[in-house]
Amino acid sequence: MEVIAIHVLNALLYSSVLFLIAGGLSLIYGVMRILNLAHGNLYAVGAFVSAWAVGLAVSGNAPPGVLFLLLPVGAIAAAIVGAIIERTLLRPFYKRPEEYQLLMTFGLLMILEDLIRLIWGPSPLTVTAVYASVGSIPIGDGRYPGYNVIIIAVGIIAAIFLWGFIYRTRFGVLLRATSQDKRMASALGVNVNRVYLQAFTLGCFMAGLGGAIVVPSQSAVLGMGVDALVLAFIVIVIGGLGSLEGALAGALIVGIVREAGITFFPEIELAVLYLIAAFVLLVRPAGLFGRA
Amino acid sequence: MNATVAAVSPTGLKWRTLAWIVVVAVLLIVAPVVIDPFQTLTLTYGLIAAIGALGFNLLLGYTGLLSFGHSAFFGGGAYTVAFMVKYLKIASMELFLAGSALASAILSVLFGFVCVRYTRIFFGILTLALSQVLWSLAFKFFWVTGGTDGLRVPTPTLLGMSATDDKMAFLAHQYYYYVLGVFGICVFLMWVIVHSPFGKALQAIRDNETRAEFVGIRIRRYRLIAFVISGVFTGVAGALWAPLNGLASPDILVWTFSGEIVFMTVLGGFRTFVGPIVGAIAFTYLKTYAVGFTVYWQLLLGSVLVVLVLMLPTGIMGAVERLTSKIKKSR
Repeated sequence: MEVIAIHVLNALLYSSVLFLIAGGLSLIYGVMRILNLAHGNLYAVGAFVSAWAVGLAVSGNAPPGVLFLLLPVGAIAAAIVGAIIERTLLRPFYKRPEEYQLLMTFGLLMILEDLIRLIWGPSPLTVTAVYASVGSIPIGDGRYPGYNVIIIAVGIIAAIFLWGFIYRTRFGVLLRATSQDKRMASALGVNVNRVYLQAFTLGCFMAGLGGAIVVPSQSAVLGMGVDALVLAFIVIVIGGLGSLEGALAGALIVGIVREAGITFFPEIELAVLYLIAAFVLLVRPAGLFGRA
Repeated sequence: MNATVAAVSPTGLKWRTLAWIVVVAVLLIVAPVVIDPFQTLTLTYGLIAAIGALGFNLLLGYTGLLSFGHSAFFGGGAYTVAFMVKYLKIASMELFLAGSALASAILSVLFGFVCVRYTRIFFGILTLALSQVLWSLAFKFFWVTGGTDGLRVPTPTLLGMSATDDKMAFLAHQYYYYVLGVFGICVFLMWVIVHSPFGKALQAIRDNETRAEFVGIRIRRYRLIAFVISGVFTGVAGALWAPLNGLASPDILVWTFSGEIVFMTVLGGFRTFVGPIVGAIAFTYLKTYAVGFTVYWQLLLGSVLVVLVLMLPTGIMGAVERLTSKIKKSR
C-alpha cells in the first residue's frame, strides 16, 4: 500500500514540474503561435538563479524561512529574461515564416545555455539546506520527503491560479481573444503586442517557477533545460499545442508513465514516451485537448 | 524568359555555371596538396556535412518541410557502420555506404510514413519526437550501442585497399578523395533530382499545395519519396562521418544535432541549390574554430544564428546574389 502511495506521489511530483514547464510553453504557443525552443533554458535560468540566491543566503546564515522566500527569485528572473527576449528578438518575427521563429529560438537556446555556463560555471549548484529543512512525512511504515509534497502543492496551486487568471480575469479574456483571432482582436482595440509580451513573460515565469521549486530537490546542472524541453514537448503534443487543460492532462500522463517506466521498463522509458507522443499525433493530430 | 538569354553549353548548363563547377572542382582536388592535414580533415567534415545538408534541403528548400529530426538519419547511418564493424566484422567502405543507405531508407520510410501526413510545426515536432526515440534507445541499450561511450569505428578499406599505417595521412589523403568522389556523385544526383519533373512537382507542392493537388500531383506520395531521398542522403553522410570521427556516439542522434543541420542549411541559404553546400562547409569551419577558440562556442554560434536570421535570412548565397545583382546594376 505504502509503495503504491509513494509511486503516486512521485508521479504527481513529475507531473507538477512538467506542468509548470509545459504549461508555459503551451500558453506561449497558444497565444503567439511560436514554439519556443529556448523554453527549457528559461526553466534552467529559474533553477540557477534560485540556487545562487539561496546559496548566498545560506552563506549569510539566513534562517530557513528566508530561504523559502528567496526561491521565487528564479521565477522572476526567468520572467525578466523572457520579457527582454520577446521585446527585442522575437517581435520582428511575427510576420515571418515559422522556420525563422524556430531558428531564432534555437539560437537563443545555444546562447542561454552558454550564458548559464559563463555566469555560474560548469559545476552543478545545489541547495540541500532548503530540502533538508522540511524533513519527511510518514506514509504507512515508510517516510516521504516533505519537500516533494511542497512541489506537488505548488504545481496544483499554479494550475488553479492559471485557470482563474485565464478564465476569470479581463486579462484572460484578452489573452483568449488574441489566441483565437489575432486580427479580429487587434481590430477591436486589443493591444496585441502587449498581450504577446504578457503571455511570453507569464510563460517564462512558469518555466522559471518550475526550475526554482525543483532546484532544492535536484541540483541545477548544465543541460537540464534541453532535457526538460523535450519532455515538455511530449506533454504538449499529447495534450494539444496551445491548450492548458491539455498541458495538465499531458503532464499527468507523462508523469505516470515515467514513474511506471522507471520501475518496470527503465530501458525503454523515454522511447515509450516518444512513441506515445507520436501515436497521439497520428490518432488525434491536434492532441487530446487541442483545436485543429 | 529574360531578354538576354545566357549562353548554354551542350550539357544544358550555362557556360558560367560550368566554369564555376570546374574551378571549384579543381580547387577541391588540389586542396590536400596545398593545405595542411588538419585543414584537409576539416574540409572532409565539411563535405560530409554538405551531403547531409543537401539531402535535408530537398525537404526544406524544395518541398517546404522543416524537419527537426534529421539527426536520426545521420546517426542511423553512422551507427549502421558501427554495427557492421562490430557484429559483421566488415571493413569495406563500399559495403558501409550500401548498408547505411539501405538502413536509412528503411528508417525514413518508417518515419516518413508517419510524418508526411503533417506539415509546418507538426511535421517538425513529429520528426523531432521520432528521432529522439532512436536517441533514447542508443542511450539506454548500452550493451548493444555502447551507451554514451558510443561504438568505435576503425578506418575502413577503400575500394579494397586497406589503410596505411599513418592513420592521419590516410584520412587526409585517400579518405578525403573518397569523400570528395561520393560528394561529387551526390551533388550530381541531387542536381538531377531537383531539375527532374519530380523535383518540379515538389516545388509546386511547396508553393501551393492546393493547386498542386488539382494539377494531379499525389502530394503525400511525393512528400514521402522526397523524405526518403532526403533521409538516404543524410544517412550516407553519417556513414562517411563515422570512420572519420572514429566513433559513433549518441551526440549525433540528439535533436540539437538536427538543429545544427538546419543551421548550416539556412546559413548557406535554403532557396538555392548550392546554399546548403556552402553553408555546411562554412558551418564546419566556424564550429571547428569556435570550439578551438573558446569553451563558449555555443554562445558564439548562437549569436551568429540570431544575427543571421535577423539580418541575412537568405543566407550566404542570398547575400552573394544580392551583391552581384547590385554590382551589375551599377555598371
